[in-house]
Amino acid sequence: MKRYLTNPKFLRSALPAASLLVLLAAIFYIQPRAMSQFGMNLMLQYAVPIALATIAQMFIITVNDLDLSIGPFVGLTACIGATLLNTNPLLGVLALLACIAAYAALGALIHWRNLPSIVVTLGMSFVWLGIAVLVLPTPGGTAPDWVKAIMSFKVPGIPFPLIAAAIIAVVVHFALMRTSYGAVLRGAGGNPKAIGRAGWSLLKTKMIMYAAAGFFGVLAGLSLIGLTSAADAHIADRYTLYSIAGVILGGGEFVGGRVSPTGAVLGALTLTLTGSFLIFLKISPDWQIGAQGGILILVLALRALINRREAQA
Amino acid sequence: MEDSKEMFKKTLLGSVALTVALSAGIASADTSDKKIALSNNYAGNSWRQAMLKSWDKVTSAAVKAGIVADAPAFTTAENQVTEQASQIQNLILEGYDAIVINAASPDALNGAVKQACDAGIVVVSFDGIVTEPCAYRIAVDFAKMGEIQVDYLARRMPKGGNLLEIRGLAGVFVDDEISAGIHKGVKNHSQFKIVGSVHGNWAQDVAQKAVAGILPSLPEVAAVVTQGGDGYGAAQAFKAAGRDTPLIIMGNREDELKWWKQQKDANGYETMSVSIAPGVSTLGFWVAQMILDGKTVPHDLTVPFLQIDQDNLEANLSNTEAGGVANVEYSLEDAKAAIK
Repeated sequence: MKRYLTNPKFLRSALPAASLLVLLAAIFYIQPRAMSQFGMNLMLQYAVPIALATIAQMFIITVNDLDLSIGPFVGLTACIGATLLNTNPLLGVLALLACIAAYAALGALIHWRNLPSIVVTLGMSFVWLGIAVLVLPTPGGTAPDWVKAIMSFKVPGIPFPLIAAAIIAVVVHFALMRTSYGAVLRGAGGNPKAIGRAGWSLLKTKMIMYAAAGFFGVLAGLSLIGLTSAADAHIADRYTLYSIAGVILGGGEFVGGRVSPTGAVLGALTLTLTGSFLIFLKISPDWQIGAQGGILILVLALRALINRREAQA
Repeated sequence: MEDSKEMFKKTLLGSVALTVALSAGIASADTSDKKIALSNNYAGNSWRQAMLKSWDKVTSAAVKAGIVADAPAFTTAENQVTEQASQIQNLILEGYDAIVINAASPDALNGAVKQACDAGIVVVSFDGIVTEPCAYRIAVDFAKMGEIQVDYLARRMPKGGNLLEIRGLAGVFVDDEISAGIHKGVKNHSQFKIVGSVHGNWAQDVAQKAVAGILPSLPEVAAVVTQGGDGYGAAQAFKAAGRDTPLIIMGNREDELKWWKQQKDANGYETMSVSIAPGVSTLGFWVAQMILDGKTVPHDLTVPFLQIDQDNLEANLSNTEAGGVANVEYSLEDAKAAIK
C-alpha cells in the first residue's frame, strides 16, 4: 500500500486533486463562511466556463498544437449567445455551428499547409475579437432565459458547479481516454507517424479535435453569459492563458497526447480558487497576479520533482 | 419567591436597556460594525491612482472615527469582466455589508451584482456604472460637461467666433458623449462655429501633435473646447505655430492649471477648467454608508463636476499634486448635499 502511494505515477496523477484539496482546506480555514453550498456556489461558479475553455484547449494540446485564440473565441460565442441566439434562435444556432465549422477548417488548414498553430491562432484571435465587436459593438445584450436557467440550476446539498465539473470530466474522459478512436486521437498528437502509417487520416483527426475545441468553446461562451446575463466582446480575453494554465496544472504536457481531462477540470477549479484564496488573504492587488503565478510555479515544481523520481525509478 | 422577584427585576431592567439601545440605534448613525468594500477594475492612470488614494484617505479616517468597521479597496489586475465578477462574489462571501463598484462593463457584471443584492448587500456603482436595477448609480453627465464649456464661452464672447474641438479617444463612449454635448452647445449658441476637430486621446503630447497638424489649415480660432488632459498640449501647439493663444478650456490636470496660472500672472489670461474629481469614489463610500444607515437614497445620482474658475485657481492648484488631477474628497455632509 505504502509503495503504491509513493509510486511517482500515482503521485503525478494525484497532484491536481491534491493541490485543489489543499487550496480548498486553506480557504475554509481563512474564511469558514465559504464552507457552505452558497459559498461553494459563489466561489466556483466561474470555474464552469473556465473548465469548458480548458477542455477546449486540452483538445488542441492533445494534437500537439496550442490555441492562442480560445479567449476571444469564447468572447465571440458569448456575444452571439447574448444577441442572435436570444432574438433569433435559429440564426443564433447556425452562427454558433458556423463558429465550430470555422474551428474545424482551421485544423484542416494547419494540417494541410503544415502551419505553426501558434501563429494561425494568434492571428485568428484578432479575427474573433473583430467579429465579436461587430456582433455586439457596446457591452450589453441579453442571455437567453434557458441558458440562465441551466446555469442557476440548484440541486439540494451539492453545489451546482461541482456537478457540472464532474459531468464535463466524466464525459470527456470517457470519449477521449476510454474509446478506441479516442486512443487514435491522442496518438495523432503523441506519435503522428505511427498513426498515419496505421492508415488513419491525420487530417480527419486534426479536424475532429479542432471541431471539438470549437464546440467546447461555444459551451464556455454560453455558460459564461448564463452567469453574467450579458456579454462584452472582451469578456473572456483572459481565458486563453487560464485554459493553458489549467491544462498544465491538471497534468497535461506540451508534447502531444499526454493530457488528462479530469486533471484539466481540476486545474480549472484550482485556478479559480486561487483568486478567491488571495482575496481572502487580503493580499494587496499589486501582488495578487504575482502570487497567482507563485502558486502555479509551486505546483509545477512539485510535478517536476515527481517526474525526476519517476525517471530515476 | 425571593428568586422570582429578583428575576422579574432583572428582566425588567433588561428590557428597559434593550429598548434604550434600540431607540438609540434608530436615532443615531450606527454603522460602526459594517464593512464596505471597493471593487475597482483598473488602476493604470493618474486619475485612478488619485481615486484610490482618496478612497484610502477618507475611509481610513472613517474607520478610525468608528463610523464603519472596515473599508478596504480591491483592484483587479487586468481590467477583465470575469475577474471582477469573481472578485465581487468573493466579497459577498467575505461578508461585506456594502460593495462600491467602479465597473469594467455596464452590463456584464449584472449577474454578480444581482447575487450581491440577493445576499442583502448594498451595491453602489460610480464612474463605471452597472445597469442592474437593484444597484445604485453615481453617473457622470458627460454631455453636460461638453455643453457647459460652450455656455461659458457664450458668456465670455457674446459675439462668438471659430472653435477648435479636441476630442478624446475614438470609439470610447465618453468621447462621443462629451462631443455630442459640445455640438449641442454650439447649436444653442449659433454665434459659434466648429472649424476643426482632432483627436487628442486625453493626452497632452497627442493633443499637441494633432493641433499642430491641423492649425495651418484653420482660420483664426477664438477658443478651443476640450475633454481634459489636452489643454496644455493645445497651448504649446499654438505657441509653436506663432499664433495668438485662444481661450482654451482646461481639464483640471496639474500641467494645465500651472500653465493657466503662468498666463494669468503674465497677461491676465482668463478661462475655466472642468472635469470629474477622482474623489467621487468617496462619494460612493458615503452613499453606501448612508444606505446602510437606513437613509433613503435615489437609485440614480449624478456626479457634480469639479469646476475651477479664475478666482479659485490658486487654491485648487496648490492642492493638486505634480502630474496629478485636481481633486476633492467628499465628507458625509458634502455627500448629503450632493444627493439632494
